[in-house]
Amino acid sequence: MNELVERLNIFAAVGRVFLAFLAGTGRLMIFTTDAVSHCVRPPIYWYLVLTQMVRIGYFSLPVVGLTAFFTGAVLCLQIFIGGSRYGAEAFVPQIVVLGITRELGPVIAGLMVAGRVAAAIAAEIGTMRVTEQIDALTTLSTNPVKYLVTPRLIAAVVTMPVLVAIADSIGVLGGYVVGTTTLNFNGAVYLRNTADFVTQGDVVSGLVKAAVFGFIIALMGCYHGFHSKGGAQGVGQATTNAVVSASILILAANYVLTSVFFSR
Amino acid sequence: MTGKPKIELRGVKKRFGPKIVLDGVDVVVNEGDSLVIIGGSGSGKSVTIKCVLGILQADSGTILVDGEDVTHINGSKREAQLKKFGMLFQGAALFDSLPVWENVAFGLIQGRGVSRKAAREIALEKLAKVGLGAEVANLSPAELSGGMQKRVGLARAIAADPEIIFFDEPTTGLDPIMADVINDLIHSTVRDLGVTAVSITHDLASARKISNRIAMLYKGKIIWDGETKDIDHSGNPYVDQFIRGSAEGPIKMEVRR
Repeated sequence: MNELVERLNIFAAVGRVFLAFLAGTGRLMIFTTDAVSHCVRPPIYWYLVLTQMVRIGYFSLPVVGLTAFFTGAVLCLQIFIGGSRYGAEAFVPQIVVLGITRELGPVIAGLMVAGRVAAAIAAEIGTMRVTEQIDALTTLSTNPVKYLVTPRLIAAVVTMPVLVAIADSIGVLGGYVVGTTTLNFNGAVYLRNTADFVTQGDVVSGLVKAAVFGFIIALMGCYHGFHSKGGAQGVGQATTNAVVSASILILAANYVLTSVFFSR
Repeated sequence: MTGKPKIELRGVKKRFGPKIVLDGVDVVVNEGDSLVIIGGSGSGKSVTIKCVLGILQADSGTILVDGEDVTHINGSKREAQLKKFGMLFQGAALFDSLPVWENVAFGLIQGRGVSRKAAREIALEKLAKVGLGAEVANLSPAELSGGMQKRVGLARAIAADPEIIFFDEPTTGLDPIMADVINDLIHSTVRDLGVTAVSITHDLASARKISNRIAMLYKGKIIWDGETKDIDHSGNPYVDQFIRGSAEGPIKMEVRR
């Protein structure tokens, strides 16, 4: 009999993991619904939205700009090398702008902002949780979700497309610099090919992705911060979870969105 | 000193997973009372207060505030209820992104829509009440010592003139002199403002000083409830052991987990 119980333990373990997964998903859904519903229920703390836009958007400009520049530059080099095998070097500007606006701009910017912002949000809100500051908000008749989560969600959804638009421009610039200096492209021709080739749809699809990624980043940062437990270790755990889950969700959402845009 | 019941807990139960924290808490706090709940670490004192505030939801039982059932209310009803309360947190729980005066004025500005200018005036007045001058008003909470943070927390708790104030371990982590200063402040605040106070502590010197009634929480139940002057002859072996601070007695510490 005991042997049987022991053999069944594997089911217990699997069941526990599965139930914990379901509970976590449910908690996330409730949290998301709550946070989103506060975005359309006044009052909204516009001052905090503005502060967060500066922190999420403006202060991410250097890191996003630098990564976009180098991504564009390396993309240009690689396509030139690959294209030269088929004698297709002339298509470098077109492929660079397509790759940057449709894929690499939003994804690279999303991942960089996830590392920078999701971590910061999770650490800040997590610390507020473990030092009872979130409970204190409640006792001061202020809804913590409305005060902490909603401004960050709005700010991230609004600023990410702007960041990505800037990243797109800088990425194309990176390709242009490499193309004209080391690969001997004519600058005017390079720009002409870029501008003629790119369509509104390429850019807009990238910006829509950016808004979704912004939502994911702020939501993951807030969710993990809100549910952090214990002390310093719990906050560290929440920060890691926020960055990892935001990054994975960004890559997964990127695939889903691309397939949706592509099928049209 | 005792008026009509302000807060009533009837058979309140709360569990976290398999761990039963509150196992039917029954306690009544009358208007103007200063009740101290004593009990060992992890006996559910904080959980009791958080259930009353609605930060945690009780699993079963009833919580009445001014005769109104507040056990499961939410949203705007809960916010209206919370306007009656002020709370001093164990670690003061000041918002470190805001200067001291905005911490004190927070409930007035965000919760009640008082203008920032008027709220600042009230904040300075409340800070003066807890013995802090205008010079600390623009400091950030991180620049204050632990005792000063507790005082700012107290000023924040009384800023909106609450009817009920909760004190969570008000003297924990302070030196004996600062602890006594805080005790005096709590005592005078409760007396002058005529509020109902519920404190949780395991510091008996503090409990004797700030309360007129003491209740002891053990294994999720109130096992003794009486006037502060009777605590030394309660006739309850659990209470006796607790106030003696002895390892010998009916309360066995679960050293092994």
